[in-house]
Amino acid sequence: MVTGLSSIGVSTRVGLYAAVAVRGFRRYSTYRAATVGGVFTNTVFGVIIAYTFVALWEQRPNLGGYTQQEALTFVWVAQALIMPVGLLGGGILEEFPERVRSGAVATDLHRPTPLLWWRLAEDFGRAAYHFLTRGLAPVLIGALLFDLAWPRSVSTYAWFLIAVALAVGVGFAIRYLMGLLAFWVIDIRGYLALLTITQLFFSGMVLPLVIFPGWLRDLAEVLPFRCLVQVPADVLLHEGTGTEVLPLLALQLLWVAVLLFAGHLLTAAAVRKVVIQGG
Amino acid sequence: MADSIRAFAVIAGAWVRASMTYRASFWSLAVGQALFTLVDFVAITIMFSHIDRLGGFDVAQVALLYGFSGFALGVADLLVGNVELLGRRVRDGSFDAMLVRPVAPLVQVAADQFALRRLGRIVSAVGVLGWALVATNIDWSITKVAVAVATLVSGSVIFCSVFVLGSAFQILAGDASEMMNAFTYGGNTLTQYPLSIYPSEVVKGVTFILPLAFVNWYPALYILGVEDPFDMPVAFHFASPVAATLLAAVAAGCWRAGVRRYRSTGS
Repeated sequence: MVTGLSSIGVSTRVGLYAAVAVRGFRRYSTYRAATVGGVFTNTVFGVIIAYTFVALWEQRPNLGGYTQQEALTFVWVAQALIMPVGLLGGGILEEFPERVRSGAVATDLHRPTPLLWWRLAEDFGRAAYHFLTRGLAPVLIGALLFDLAWPRSVSTYAWFLIAVALAVGVGFAIRYLMGLLAFWVIDIRGYLALLTITQLFFSGMVLPLVIFPGWLRDLAEVLPFRCLVQVPADVLLHEGTGTEVLPLLALQLLWVAVLLFAGHLLTAAAVRKVVIQGG
Repeated sequence: MADSIRAFAVIAGAWVRASMTYRASFWSLAVGQALFTLVDFVAITIMFSHIDRLGGFDVAQVALLYGFSGFALGVADLLVGNVELLGRRVRDGSFDAMLVRPVAPLVQVAADQFALRRLGRIVSAVGVLGWALVATNIDWSITKVAVAVATLVSGSVIFCSVFVLGSAFQILAGDASEMMNAFTYGGNTLTQYPLSIYPSEVVKGVTFILPLAFVNWYPALYILGVEDPFDMPVAFHFASPVAATLLAAVAAGCWRAGVRRYRSTGS
């Protein structure tokens, strides 16, 4: 199935994946009302969580090494990342398990491009749309309502964008692995719920990992989920907190590589397993 | 009314039997729902590992607020949570079919795809509430017990009404299910914390515009014997049933208006 690809030149291949990504972007940009509703909801949650953080940091300034300003910035960065990194699922998980169940996945497996890369390109398109809309808009509203810690240096924003891209990669790889589970399990919704809870909790979305108690924080540090929210936020806030950026990006890169490789191996196993009924 | 309840039970019962065909799925989803509710409470206990009081409330008092709110949302989500899907039904035309059947459309929309797994949410809310009742030193009286029971019922009615209001809005606005989340789940998150941490504008908003403060805040002030930091009338402590009745009436009116103005997509 992959053989067809080797005959295509590199530039064509890049063009192909770019085209897939653009389609991924457009697929979501069609639903404007849903986007507006989503921005509103992200903003409401951001405001609520921000006030709980104000109450916490007023009593404990510098809790977890964050000033109150930095803690509030964390709230809005986290809200901005929910959709792009797929904390609540979404992307491939919206239809892929159903395609496996119905057998429509046969079409996906017939394409001359590997399923993993095709879906990765598509998810980057989706994430770009969600970052520009449901990411940026709530942050701008949050900045009007609260005093946030904006980085001074332009390079920090550049590092942050790289961290977000890597977070999207990690988020995609996790969801891709979960989607492949549909080849072995008929109804993956229960597993999906568990994954969502784990992602929300250990990414830093529910609370920054820096204020987790000792053993729980140790656990969070060895899991890949912190690459989704905590790491990008730490990259954005590093000017004030003094965190080193490069080790954080290296960690994300490591997880992207490990998880995508796992996805590659599991795809091969799934293809061997799949039986498509004709008719 | 009795007919509607019977119809609800028949439709919901069919969905319960259907979900029980896949028992492993059912239980894993129910546990998932329960854990979803608990995650937020774990976050609150982590917060309290750094502080003793949040907005003047200790952890057991916050747990009481949390339990009341979680229970109310859980009941509403179980009974009418599926009205969320209305936007989709309008788009695919299946709402048209409901309008010509001899059962109230609201009953059909709420009972269709009834998900018993949502009991998981109620179970964990009751767990947190039970712990709060043990851990707080409430000086119980007959009135306080009555207020507590009335709060559970009124809170559920308030969240049911919010769901119905949201779906009435969806008839007109099409795909707005995302926005509904801000009021249902957002309202739940907001009321998990003492309102004393929010600015007074927010508190006025959830008292006079969308009366979410009556889900737990005012009755809890009375039950716990805590002074109202916003100096609202004392009568509010007992006003949850009134707020619930008013909001339910508004929701019912909006739902009827929405159905009357409904125009099929033609598909």
